[in-house]
Amino acid sequence: MTIDLTDTTTGAIHEALTQARRRMGGPASGTVLTLIIVTDEAAQYDAVRAASQAGREHPSRVLAVITRKPKAESRLDAEIRVGETGPGETILLRMYGPLGQHADSVVAPLLAPDVPVVTWWPDEAPPSPSEDPLGTVAQRRVTDAAASETPRDMLLDLAKAYRPGDTDLSWTRSTPWRSLLAATLDQPYPELLSGEVLAEPGNPSADLIAAWLGLRLGIGVQRGESGGPGITEVSFETVDGKVALSRPDGRNAALSWPGHPERRVALHRRETAELIAEELRRLEPDEVYAETLRALAAGAGGPAQ
Amino acid sequence: MLQSRNPLRDPRDRRIPRVAGPCVLVMFGVTGDLARKKLMPAVYDLANRGLLPPGFSFVGFARRDWADEDFAQITFQAVKEYARTPFRDAVWQQLSEGVRFVSGSFSDDAAFDQLAACVRLLDEERGTSGNYAFYLSIPPGQFPMVVQQLKRSGLSDSAGGGWRRVVIEKPFGHDLASARELNATLDGVFPPHAVFRIDHYLGKETVQNILALRFANEMFEPIWNRGYVDHVQITMAEDIGIGGRAGYYDGIGAARDVIQNHLLQLLALVAMEEPVAFDADSLRMEKEKVLSAVRLPADIATGTSRGQYSAGWQGGRQVRGFLEEDGIPADSRTETYAALRLGVDTRRWAGVGFYLRAGKRLPRRMTEIALIFHRAPHLPFSATDTEELGQNALVIRIQPDEGITVRFGSKVPGTAMEVRDVNMDFAYGESFTESSPEAYERLLLDVLIGDPPLFPRQAEVELGWRILDPIEEFWASYTKPEQYPAGTTGPPSADALMARDGRAWRRL
Repeated sequence: MTIDLTDTTTGAIHEALTQARRRMGGPASGTVLTLIIVTDEAAQYDAVRAASQAGREHPSRVLAVITRKPKAESRLDAEIRVGETGPGETILLRMYGPLGQHADSVVAPLLAPDVPVVTWWPDEAPPSPSEDPLGTVAQRRVTDAAASETPRDMLLDLAKAYRPGDTDLSWTRSTPWRSLLAATLDQPYPELLSGEVLAEPGNPSADLIAAWLGLRLGIGVQRGESGGPGITEVSFETVDGKVALSRPDGRNAALSWPGHPERRVALHRRETAELIAEELRRLEPDEVYAETLRALAAGAGGPAQ
Repeated sequence: MLQSRNPLRDPRDRRIPRVAGPCVLVMFGVTGDLARKKLMPAVYDLANRGLLPPGFSFVGFARRDWADEDFAQITFQAVKEYARTPFRDAVWQQLSEGVRFVSGSFSDDAAFDQLAACVRLLDEERGTSGNYAFYLSIPPGQFPMVVQQLKRSGLSDSAGGGWRRVVIEKPFGHDLASARELNATLDGVFPPHAVFRIDHYLGKETVQNILALRFANEMFEPIWNRGYVDHVQITMAEDIGIGGRAGYYDGIGAARDVIQNHLLQLLALVAMEEPVAFDADSLRMEKEKVLSAVRLPADIATGTSRGQYSAGWQGGRQVRGFLEEDGIPADSRTETYAALRLGVDTRRWAGVGFYLRAGKRLPRRMTEIALIFHRAPHLPFSATDTEELGQNALVIRIQPDEGITVRFGSKVPGTAMEVRDVNMDFAYGESFTESSPEAYERLLLDVLIGDPPLFPRQAEVELGWRILDPIEEFWASYTKPEQYPAGTTGPPSADALMARDGRAWRRL
């Protein structure tokens, strides 16, 4: 059911939620976390949809913070959705006027008790997420460098401001590639000399993969450019020749290895809902991300000289 | 010089899943229901989740006049219909490139030679590196022949590098002697660590969660003993009859079919001591220890019960009795319901009754483990206040609606002090279920990775038969199953069994 409350307060939202839950026979008692989405009217639909899809794996209370008309009178409108799109509950909070600057005062009383809080900025993120009022309440802060106009600079900013609990969806996007690369080196492999990651210009996931490989393998890994889509190839020069994992079409990857037949595997690009579901699976600080970000800031995985 | 250390693996990197290495999965019995409804979809789901290696190949073997494409089509339909994860064309295309079919009967030497040639060709074409897993989704009577063929054709020989694994499904024999015989068949060909016995119950998330519940928490373990637990009820109720399984079921019965494996495994997980580590050997050691401490009732006649469903109404439909089912002889003495009272002779559990029951055509489908606690030693309320207060209970629901219920007394709102039972409920998946992997997915992946914690070892199978054999022998010589109308909760003797101990079954 959907309940619209205009010019309301958090107390009234609470009241409406409890009533709605009672009328529905008490769902959402198994909420595992509160997810705060900081967004605007234009982008909220996609973000909330992705969050409710991810909610099938992680039943959550989704609080969408939408700021509107900063010059208007302060006002809070709420749209409560319970039992519509799956488990959990979604509250769209529209904040008008100066209230938009004090979103944390609205969000704090609405956090589900006893469970972790995650804040997600699907578009523009604050330069220092952990110091943002909506970031300080969260154990986990999710940004998305790919949404920025200058993704690499944003990653460098994030590296400077990093606090345990920060994470970025461009890192999440790299997981299938990293998983396949790790599986590739599960087999005995010839000594690696250097590496290269090819992707569309400005693809932050490729920057991170290059930095990660360089850091882990202790070899120079260059970041090269290609026409895309997304990441198209990761390759290593080895003493026996070139080992490459290439994905020219954004769907299927082929592993070529000296002296072996080409092995093919599906490697598709994932939807936002899948990315968010992966992010929510583990809420402890991601130390590997932190190290990779630091390595990136220190110049690893840089563009070809 | 080849390097074998993999610096890309880091235990802190929790995002990177375990992925199987290059391999071929060879499946026997691909025309069966299990293959179509569970195994083929599980292979696809694994591929879709990116957990299968590049070049992974899937070979079917059956007595059908099929080409590779026909088998790929059969697999495709099974995937379309039963896969858990959404269908993606690219994933299927990749998977189908590695699908092969070899036609022949199990006695046909030429067919197995052809199979051997087929997997070797896959090694060359797709780089599967000589690693083969053989899934025997076939009746146990055919194991010896297939295993011998694997040996004869050189398929089981891993001397040239690469691994060999063989997967078998229950039943692992029908008594201790036949279980040993079966094991001897495999033993000569595959080393013990290469034999994976699938008990799909152990692949269920909720069953694995028993270990998390017990050993990751502080609040349950202190009361997990005879000081607090009065008795334990382990139930596996099915609403269906035997359906098309008459040929298998007659002569087997409920106890051999599910109690010997599933229910005793559940008992082991609930009753075992804490393993020193969550690895295969430590887990199995504890399970074997507790299974070897299981004690049978002193008098099997009163400590067990068995029944057969008769015609009746189940779930709003009129159904036939067991003896009228197609393929069941009218004088069959096979039970469709079995209940046992077991004890566990350890300090932790001395005197605590473990009541196991399994049956078909019961009111509803439900598998659960219930720990029923003692009543409070003293109640400071008057007897009338607590009239409606039962015993506290902790119930682990295995299926359906996986979760945990804790039942305890609570004050009824009002001016009088009245205490009544209430439930506190944790639904394991309020909706986790929708995306949590199927048991077969997890188990297949474990086979391909070679990770054995969730597979029972021969010793556990034998311990199970040691518990059941005396009961089966007694039943065979002295009793006839009691009739219970379909749709009811089992034979009267099962209720009498509980009543003698001053207890009652939980309602189904």
